[in-house]
Amino acid sequence: MKLLNYTSKYFAWLLFFILTGWAVILYFQMLDEIYDSMDDGLENQKMLVIRNTKKQDSIQTRTDFGDGYYILNSISEKSALGFKDSYRDTLMYMQNEKDYEPVRLLESVFKRENQYYKLKLITSMVEEDDLIEDLLFSIIWLYLGLILSILILNNLILKKVWNPFYKLIDNLKNFKIEKDSEIELENSKIDEFNTLNENIEGLISKSVKSYRSQKQFIENASHELQTPIAISINKLELLLEDDSLEEAQAVRIVSVIENLERLSRFNQSLLLLSKIENKQFPGVKEVNSNMLTKNIVDNFEDLLNHKNVEVQIKNIHDLNFSVNPDLAQILLTNLIKNAIIHNSNSGLIEINIDSNSWQISNPGKRNLDQENLFTRFQKVKDNSHSSGLGLAISLAIADLYQIQLSYNYEEKHIFKLDFPPSR
Amino acid sequence: MKILIVEDEKDMLQNMQDTLIKENYLIETASDLNSAIAKVGVYDYDCILLDINLPDGSGMEILNFLRKNEKTEGVIIVSARNSLDDRLLGLNTGADDYLAKPFHMAELNARVKALLRRKKFAGSEVLKIANLCIDVENYISKTEHGEMELNRKEFDILTYLATNQNRLVSKSALAEHVWGDHIDQADNFEFIYSQIKNLRKKLKEIKAEVEIKAVYGIGYKLSLT
Repeated sequence: MKLLNYTSKYFAWLLFFILTGWAVILYFQMLDEIYDSMDDGLENQKMLVIRNTKKQDSIQTRTDFGDGYYILNSISEKSALGFKDSYRDTLMYMQNEKDYEPVRLLESVFKRENQYYKLKLITSMVEEDDLIEDLLFSIIWLYLGLILSILILNNLILKKVWNPFYKLIDNLKNFKIEKDSEIELENSKIDEFNTLNENIEGLISKSVKSYRSQKQFIENASHELQTPIAISINKLELLLEDDSLEEAQAVRIVSVIENLERLSRFNQSLLLLSKIENKQFPGVKEVNSNMLTKNIVDNFEDLLNHKNVEVQIKNIHDLNFSVNPDLAQILLTNLIKNAIIHNSNSGLIEINIDSNSWQISNPGKRNLDQENLFTRFQKVKDNSHSSGLGLAISLAIADLYQIQLSYNYEEKHIFKLDFPPSR
Repeated sequence: MKILIVEDEKDMLQNMQDTLIKENYLIETASDLNSAIAKVGVYDYDCILLDINLPDGSGMEILNFLRKNEKTEGVIIVSARNSLDDRLLGLNTGADDYLAKPFHMAELNARVKALLRRKKFAGSEVLKIANLCIDVENYISKTEHGEMELNRKEFDILTYLATNQNRLVSKSALAEHVWGDHIDQADNFEFIYSQIKNLRKKLKEIKAEVEIKAVYGIGYKLSLT
């Protein structure tokens, strides 16, 4: 959920509860005030009626409200004693509404010439349901109005206030440590954002530094390793030419040589990887991948015959792209070699070349772990000779030229290169 | 044949010296730029093996020195820097070949021999082992009994084994020379075997008095029968 919506959500709930509580209190206060003033009115009318009866010689009782607003009955002394003025709500049939409507009723008792009278006074009352309805509607309108203003305020003001924050997020999204990209941070009027920017700047420069020194270390280490490995291999080769060697000794020496060669190849792959990542392959040329693919497959001819594997190249379209020719060769060679070596049961390898994609597929039993496939040192169990760097190198080359390298499994392993449209 | 090896790494120097002495060359060595230039100034060599990274300067200076003094020594650059730029720069400055470290001793031997052949005999020298004649330039291999029909790879294998006559050539050295770096250790180089089998059959057909022996399953050796 976005920050703006998040705060808006809280405001909405908070307002909902506050307004509801406020509405309840307002309702009761209003009601209280209305009753108060109605009761005052009834009291006043009572006094007027009693005063009127005093003016007249005899009291005329009224048994129903009829056209008036009061009833007057004479009552016995017994029931009159201890009677107190009482107000209550009741229903009465209203001609105009043609329905029973609530009225406020005052019952009072007074005495005249030893005779007790009971007086009932009514006044029409506010209709509670109407009041609640009106109140509810005004509250809803108020609520909506407030929410709307908050949303507008959020979008106008908060967005402006948080602008440096969103810019920072955007910058961080685009930042890639291996790409040497710089992060641009703007100064803000808000102290917190400035502190955030400073801290992030510090963190980034620290990571970049440690990333670079690590890379440098790998480069230097690989480079320095190369000479002693070469010397050792050569010394063993010379030793192998000694005719007095026995077979068992020779076989052991060869095994040492093989392992040193593996080490050397591994080392060279690491060097190559760091060179690619350092963009040390500047020369770019237009390479025809159809020709290149055919050449590479031809080079593997003997290995293919030996493994009884067939390669079918389907040239749907010519695919030309501008790259360093050496890297293009390495990229396609790695993918083709990968397909040959990890082929199961003399399967058919298919290469499809279209105007902006290059795809190779070979039969395989199980889906490969897509997430780690292109990471360094990803080993395949049944091949102790692979350095685990081949696909990492392919990916580094693809990344360098914004080519998308992807893997899919559809009963067979499919590696696909998608070339950017503008080439 | 006189060869000068310029290399600052003592062990590397020793290795190259040991392997080339077996071919009966006269070897001299220099381990820095100044002594190398001093030697080149005084003597004439048939071939110079040159390391680029020297403690007191770049080996390229020796190439410049040779060119200025109009000397025609064959130069093979031996460098750990296996980049195309270095290779092109070296070859443009007058080097004849470029060998990237690490390399196999058999490869060094083959490169030196090929260079000497080109220099001394303008490439027309024919490799002769017993009754087998190999014309490297024209892809012809024959005995008095006939000529072999070899494909490119078989011919490359034969030439490589012939230049390293009586020396054990490991499968990886052979694979790298004939098939290129990219072949790696794919399937332990078992695919080499079928090529060797064909080659043996064809050698027999023309009654060549050489044989390709498999040595403990680790490599091959070409020797007289």
